[in-house]
Amino acid sequence: MNEDITKLEQIASQVRRDIVRMVHACQSGHPGGSLGCTEFFVALYFSAMERKEKFDIDGIGEDIFFLSNGHISPVFYSTLARAGYFNVSELATFRQINSRLQGHPTTHEGLPGIRVASGSLGQGLSVAIGAARAKKLNNDNHLVYALMGDGEQQEGQIWEAAMYAPFNKIDNLIATIDYNGQQIDGATEQVLSLGNLRAKWEAFGWDVLEMNGNVMSEVLAGLAEAKSRTGKGKPVLILMKTEMGNGVDFMMGSHKWHGVAPNDEQLAAALAQLEETLGDY
Amino acid sequence: MKKYTYTDKKDTRSGFGAGLLEVGRKNENVVALCADLVGSLKMNDFIKEFPERFFQIGIAEANMMGIAAGLTIGGKIPYTGTFANFSTGRVYDQIRQSIAYSDKNVKICASHAGLTLGEDGATHQILEDIGLMKMLPGMTVINPCDYNQTKAATIAIADHHGPVYLRFGRPVVPIFTDPDQKFEIGKAWMVNEGADVSIFATGHLVWEAIQAGEQLAEMGIDAEIINIHTIKPLDEEAILKSVAKTGCVVTAEEHNRLGGLGDSVAQVLAKNNPTPQEYVAVDDSFGESGTPAQLMEKYGLNAANIIAAVQRVIKRK
Repeated sequence: MNEDITKLEQIASQVRRDIVRMVHACQSGHPGGSLGCTEFFVALYFSAMERKEKFDIDGIGEDIFFLSNGHISPVFYSTLARAGYFNVSELATFRQINSRLQGHPTTHEGLPGIRVASGSLGQGLSVAIGAARAKKLNNDNHLVYALMGDGEQQEGQIWEAAMYAPFNKIDNLIATIDYNGQQIDGATEQVLSLGNLRAKWEAFGWDVLEMNGNVMSEVLAGLAEAKSRTGKGKPVLILMKTEMGNGVDFMMGSHKWHGVAPNDEQLAAALAQLEETLGDY
Repeated sequence: MKKYTYTDKKDTRSGFGAGLLEVGRKNENVVALCADLVGSLKMNDFIKEFPERFFQIGIAEANMMGIAAGLTIGGKIPYTGTFANFSTGRVYDQIRQSIAYSDKNVKICASHAGLTLGEDGATHQILEDIGLMKMLPGMTVINPCDYNQTKAATIAIADHHGPVYLRFGRPVVPIFTDPDQKFEIGKAWMVNEGADVSIFATGHLVWEAIQAGEQLAEMGIDAEIINIHTIKPLDEEAILKSVAKTGCVVTAEEHNRLGGLGDSVAQVLAKNNPTPQEYVAVDDSFGESGTPAQLMEKYGLNAANIIAAVQRVIKRK
């Protein structure tokens, strides 16, 4: 187990390097939320999910994942590339003309690993519920994962989906909220307080657990616990406490790095804190 | 003028209900979703026969569009059912991102389109939906004219991979198309060949165009009437061939004159063969409460309006 954690932490370090390098190269994109969700993506794709090597959009016979808060595309793209869905060299094309790595994830350019476009917030949970429904119809005993932002909880559609899934016993679904307390205009508590998110989701009928999203061992344990709660008549929600910008000291804990790219000096300072473990793209 | 008669009248939404049941029997991947309007959408027969393939979403149209998008992942062919207003404007961004941009095989089935929804009034009478939907890249837009054509279209769209907007209505109208017709997406239907004017009509206006054509014939005007049931992709070939013969055009639709069939036709003509055109459409306004017939008259959408438009456009030749 400890060896596995070390290996996953090494992947996470490389993914963080990819994130800051991608965002720096095009001088745009969203490093803060991406860095905060790195452990989650790595744990999901390199440990928790049962997935096939080759991508097909229907994802029958494997676990599938939907990113609702599509702006954290850098961590998604890096993870997909490091997991082998496409060549890591393609990360250099992020947000550039004629790239499959669009600013926000899309199926339009046929990038392996992406099953729906996201970016306009609030839509991913509904899509995940539909895919979970399809799995049940297909007698496919695999899970559907979804990640949402915490600021995204301000979208009304989230709560339509939140109401639907427990009533319909969508219990092959694990949704996670990246609970970093930050959004573009500031702290969620300042912009529009989310109140007691745990109580809200529980009141809607979800089986809720909490985990620290920036400690690999806790993410692995949290995902394992979430998995153990599936198939019991309720959808599962993980309230995942993270720190925006985690892993780069000057980016940590501030909404200011939500959608800002580092300059050359900042990139050097960030990379000095992140070990190159798998080779830069 | 070719003679069209009818023995029965039904609502086009019932054609959808019948088509949904039949396509459900033919294709086990077909599933249906509804946002608390099962009776209005005539989905009960499908639900009775395929309860496990029907999903009641509740009054949550945005969620319905997202769930429909998700159901395609795994090979299902979802048909969503609600009023046209709640199928388009209310959920435009969900359709745009999760369905159209994501190239999801969702069939958005929209009842109670246009003024003929009647007494509920303008909050429910969408007259902008064709425009909204045809502007989405990759979206197919279909507005059939009677029960039989709506049923045939409902069945046919399952075999087309990609998002479809299928628009139909509430009022009981004559059934005048072939019950065994083969519905071909994007292929206009020649209702009547003529030489003096081309009338391009869609939806409920096709029957009005036939009524107009009979009266025009008595007045010595030989109208060509074409049913444009598919607004996107538009049958440009049929339009240009007709206009080359007649030299003038009337378009007729239960929609705002901005952004509907008329504008699609005008674009084809402007590019290929500039031709005088008159619009029979709602003149950039909202609707109001009333009976369907009262509203079609007040907003200028009946046979008399088509005749007047023909007379105007022929003078412009």
